Amino acid sequence: MLEYTNKIQEIAKKILSEGKVDMVIGFRKGTIPMMSEPCFVTDADGVGELSFDSNCGSNLANYIMDRKEKIGIVAKGCDSRNIVNHIIENKIKREQLYIIGIPCRGMVDRHAVGAALGGEILEAVENADSLVVKGVDGEATYSLVDMLQDNCKTCTHRNPVIVDEMVADKVEEQQDTNPYEDVKKIEALSPEEKTAYFDELLSPCIRCYACRNACPLCYCPTCFVDESRPQWLGKSQDITDVKTFHFLRAYHCSGRCTECGACENACPMGIKVRQLTKKLNMDCLETWGWEAGLTVDARPALDQYNLNDPEEFIK
Amino acid sequence: MSDWEPKIVSFFCNWCTYGAADLAGVSRMEHPPNTRVIRLPCSGRVSPKFILAALRQGADGVWVSGCHPGDCHYIEGNYYARRKFNLMKNLLEHMGLEPGRVQFSWISSAESTKYVQVINEVIETVRKLGPAKDFVKDKPKVD
Ligand code: SF4
Ligand code: SF4
Ligand code: FES
Repeated sequence: MLEYTNKIQEIAKKILSEGKVDMVIGFRKGTIPMMSEPCFVTDADGVGELSFDSNCGSNLANYIMDRKEKIGIVAKGCDSRNIVNHIIENKIKREQLYIIGIPCRGMVDRHAVGAALGGEILEAVENADSLVVKGVDGEATYSLVDMLQDNCKTCTHRNPVIVDEMVADKVEEQQDTNPYEDVKKIEALSPEEKTAYFDELLSPCIRCYACRNACPLCYCPTCFVDESRPQWLGKSQDITDVKTFHFLRAYHCSGRCTECGACENACPMGIKVRQLTKKLNMDCLETWGWEAGLTVDARPALDQYNLNDPEEFIK
Repeated sequence: MSDWEPKIVSFFCNWCTYGAADLAGVSRMEHPPNTRVIRLPCSGRVSPKFILAALRQGADGVWVSGCHPGDCHYIEGNYYARRKFNLMKNLLEHMGLEPGRVQFSWISSAESTKYVQVINEVIETVRKLGPAKDFVKDKPKVD
């Protein structure tokens, strides 16, 4: 990923020194292995901090909302779709942005690597196609494609949909992926089995809200979890509270979720929270042919209607 | 158990189903007393929070009813609502809620006959399902 890093630095330096933007938002290496963190550079001399590798699974679109300055932003395919969402939802203007496009090969799932290694990751080195990880009990090498995040495995929008300058040539898009296979499997279960499945999936949740905070779609000034009159759900780890939280978090992303995976990437418990947003995405696609964030020229699925929308379920 | 009666929380649009319920009442049309009606300005006002709050607090079923498409007092409120209901219902059922716990209808203020017919259908469906189990806030479980 060294070429990407170099090119990002080069572009950032250029647009900052030419005064095209006031700030560049990118990634830099985090303080623990296999983590990166957002990096805000306002001075052309500071671009050396910027880097890019397969641990940049968080979504930088999270940091551009309601900003007034001109911003250069590093964007993978999915991030660019969240930028489109923000433009549609009036959270930022297109003219304020200089989008540095990443043709993305997928991000690594650190939970999966941790599980494969069977313990804490002490050091990780990324090569072109592989990952060398050191743990307490020794070293292991994994192929990057085997360790991708779930959403990246089935992603069909790896190249940014809106861009000012690419850091490299476009990558080939994956064809015939089957993103909703697991959703269909759950759909085939009985109500009791579904309840049991989601009880088990969500019961480790510690209600830290990292999934919400990592998601660029969640920007309400007061989140429903914090509303107290009425109070929609308790703060506890009671399974009803947890499921109510997850239902509403997902539902608020209806027609907007870009499958960026930042929510799952952020979860300290490794919970596959996208099991809920994926169901909504699948319904949006199958019912209205809608995929979020592909163009600034269309209103989102829940902000438009057809006179003949399906309504067999309504008496 | 034998004397269990389903409790239904109904969210009715002021301009149509609420009127139909009223009309059924003043016309002395017989219908069961299992619903608790909450009046809303439009079916577009319904949020999934309302549905979850009703289940959480012990409703065995939820019934949402508004104006027929084309008849919304606010012209298009129910068109947007229809899309929301679609996703809402599917996701609730995806998480294990039994089909029939949450039901939707379009009933105009003149359709007291349809109102009586639907209220019976809603209640009977929920009766067959039995007391609600999902999304109910019970006392905390201690392992
Ligand atoms: S819900 Fe998750 S996958 Fe969807 S946009 Fe938000 S962070 Fe990305
Ligand atoms: S990040 Fe994980 S543990 Fe935290 S609230 Fe979300 S699902 Fe629960
Ligand atoms: S006014 Fe009745 S549904 Fe909008």
